[in-house]
Amino acid sequence: MSIAWYLAVSGIVFSLGAFGVMTRRNPLVVLLCLELMLNGANLALIAFSRMWGNGDGQILALVVMTVAACEVCIGLGMIVAIYRRRLPINVDELRELQG
Amino acid sequence: MSTVLFFLAASGVISGAVGVVVLRNPFYSVLALVAHLVSLAVLFLLLRAEFVAAVQVVVYAGAVMVLYVFVVAYVGGESDSVGERLRGAGGTGSSGSSLRLGGAILAGALLVELLIALLGTGLEAIGGYGAPYSPGPQSFGTPAYIGKLLLTRFLLAFEMASFLLLIAAVGGVVLARRRGGLGEEDERDLLTPLDLMRPRETGTMAEGVGGRTP
Repeated sequence: MSIAWYLAVSGIVFSLGAFGVMTRRNPLVVLLCLELMLNGANLALIAFSRMWGNGDGQILALVVMTVAACEVCIGLGMIVAIYRRRLPINVDELRELQG
Repeated sequence: MSTVLFFLAASGVISGAVGVVVLRNPFYSVLALVAHLVSLAVLFLLLRAEFVAAVQVVVYAGAVMVLYVFVVAYVGGESDSVGERLRGAGGTGSSGSSLRLGGAILAGALLVELLIALLGTGLEAIGGYGAPYSPGPQSFGTPAYIGKLLLTRFLLAFEMASFLLLIAAVGGVVLARRRGGLGEEDERDLLTPLDLMRPRETGTMAEGVGGRTP
């Protein structure tokens, strides 16, 4: 398959993730949709890496995976802290950062 | 063969993504994301990125998703649907649907823009099958190749990633810890340093009543 097909798939996945981030209300699902956006970007990076035949894009994809793992760690920690304080798990009602 | 595999994996990727966005229960969303990640690893394999595909399956679909499953089970996945039901009963469902319509329009515009930007670049190589590839133990995308790159040319990025992971681990522990100290009184006097320092048979009531002899 030519590289353009992979790029089309990555664009579709990225915009699906953006749609989820804009419309879902549960912060857990918002985090999942952020993962979708990162994965779309990863697919484009690896497709371009294959296109040029060098490994820089793959290294950048590994770094993106690391950043995604850190984001999951911090985000889930915040969700657990919100749950402990008996606040609603809903991004519409969590308007204030002040506890 | 690779065409068939591409279309199977791409349909898995896209349907997994749709499942994450559409499904009501967050637990099913996590499972759909696992399916999405495994199909994406197949696409990575088709692009000759063996090491990244293995990392994707082992680390992402294995470890990170287990973390998600635990947190969904702890927090309770039903809050979203319950909130939406209450909102629908309150009569403010129209704002939610208009919000969803606006989100769909924005996401469609983003998709069109991305496809124009990615496919309309005028790069001739986009229509091709990529750089020439010859299999071998040190060839493109193998663990040896990635490891050599990570430890020579991208050493700084590697070390920065490790620092970022350390900082995120500390931050996660600080964010999710239990507030207000230990709280329980009887957790404190199980064994204190003073117990080790004082001579035997001097002090506790149990020794005085029970008459413990050394």
